[in-house]
Amino acid sequence: MQTAAKTEPAKPLSAADAARKRRIEQLARATAEDMTQALNAMGGAPEAVNLRGPETGLVMIRGRMGGTGSLFNLGEATVTRATVRLAEGAVGHGQRLGGDKSATRLAAILDALGETPAHRAAVEAFCAEIASRIDAEDAKLAAETAATRVDFFTMVRGDD
Amino acid sequence: MYVAVKGGEAAISNAHRLLADRRRGDRSLPALSIDQIVAQLALGVDRIMAEASLYDRTLAALAMRQARGDMIEAIFILRAYRTTLPRFGYSKAVDTGAMLVERRISATYKDLPGGQLLGPTFDYTHRLLDPSLLGDNEVETGLQREPGTEPVMRVSDILAGESLIEMEESSEQNDAPGDITREPLEFPLGRDERLQALARGDEGFLLALAYSTQRGYARTHPFAGEIRIGQVEVEIDIPELGFAVSLGRVQVTECQMVNQFKGSAKQPPQFTRGYGLVFGQSERKAMAMSLVDRALRASEFGEDIVAPAQDEEFVISHSDNVQATGFVEHLKLPHYVDFQAELDLVRRMRREYDSAQEIVEEMKEAAE
Repeated sequence: MQTAAKTEPAKPLSAADAARKRRIEQLARATAEDMTQALNAMGGAPEAVNLRGPETGLVMIRGRMGGTGSLFNLGEATVTRATVRLAEGAVGHGQRLGGDKSATRLAAILDALGETPAHRAAVEAFCAEIASRIDAEDAKLAAETAATRVDFFTMVRGDD
Repeated sequence: MYVAVKGGEAAISNAHRLLADRRRGDRSLPALSIDQIVAQLALGVDRIMAEASLYDRTLAALAMRQARGDMIEAIFILRAYRTTLPRFGYSKAVDTGAMLVERRISATYKDLPGGQLLGPTFDYTHRLLDPSLLGDNEVETGLQREPGTEPVMRVSDILAGESLIEMEESSEQNDAPGDITREPLEFPLGRDERLQALARGDEGFLLALAYSTQRGYARTHPFAGEIRIGQVEVEIDIPELGFAVSLGRVQVTECQMVNQFKGSAKQPPQFTRGYGLVFGQSERKAMAMSLVDRALRASEFGEDIVAPAQDEEFVISHSDNVQATGFVEHLKLPHYVDFQAELDLVRRMRREYDSAQEIVEEMKEAAE
């Protein structure tokens, strides 16, 4: 409730931007093996020029005092990013936590392919697979956590 | 006179070779893999990430292995590594309210929305050594149960409903909080810089200070309002795209300490807050951090500064174990010249003392 109101008001994204945001985020969670497989199924990884990276650097992660208050810098995380351009001109971005450069580049290629009409559907299908894998992992974690929920009960007093 | 000397290259090189040998140890045993360290020594890995102030489990595990399990050495190595990387930018604030919760407990409300979720805790274990872990026995997986649908509400929001707790509002002026990795510390600090320093502070040091506040050195009447552990999204703006994307999730531990406050001329009686937020699963550290954060807010509430835990300069200047170990351990480096000078000085003082003693003796004899 309050927490939702305290986050920055998100500017409404266009449908295309919202889809791309989702795609980039899902590709950030895909493994290099899965992406290689998906690209092979699409007829192999296309030629792609590196416009930037792949390069590893730092992002300073921020928190809020008391969870909802003013900002502070919590600490850094390693992040790898890559931007590629396909021969036909589509540009793709990849970025993820950690230092995996080849996975990040593959994600950028898949993002670029997602911008091309010929491959959009295949990339979206792959992203849907990643999303359902993440959902399944989250559901498992939530169910395991729920099993550790305390059920309080009132003791019956033995003075009848 | 000081004559420049060289030497020790061969000894140093052989020592490092010997270190590598001892680190590997008995060759008949399999070498530890980084994946094993990440998976099975997870809380040690988390501590290295938190105190190195760099979230990367693979690199933290590598540092642990390289340091032979010496935590401060591993923290040092990882902290040094981070200085070699460029800074891409700042994330948006992580939203701990939207956390994928792995554990959430409150010591102030028994029945609260979302419930008491114990998660993978050491609490209520008997702290008896478990001989079954001497071997490699089959381990059962966790049980699963249908999760509740109600959101895991923040305890501070429950109290805020009655306005019985100080509000933590985001102020727009604070869109560029201080960054102690960019600017040197200048006292007095803002709470933003203090929290950054505490988040990377030594767990043992903060634990001891937190304990001191409980024992009466700046008592703050704390309650663990809420502790939650789980995963949060890290979002960053991508200028090329014109919107923010999530880079993935990090695990954090958050502690909301609720402290008594009798009020002042300006503020009504209400609860005040101490905050702890730490990388990874690190409950002790998050709790200690929140107690020390509250103690360091003494002047904000017009409280007398009487104890070490309230002394910002003392606490923050000594909380960084990389700095601390650097200065303590530098004492073992050659101080031959310094010591030679001290030795000369002590010898001269001793000669003066001895000759003064002789004069006293002679005067005594003359007087008899």
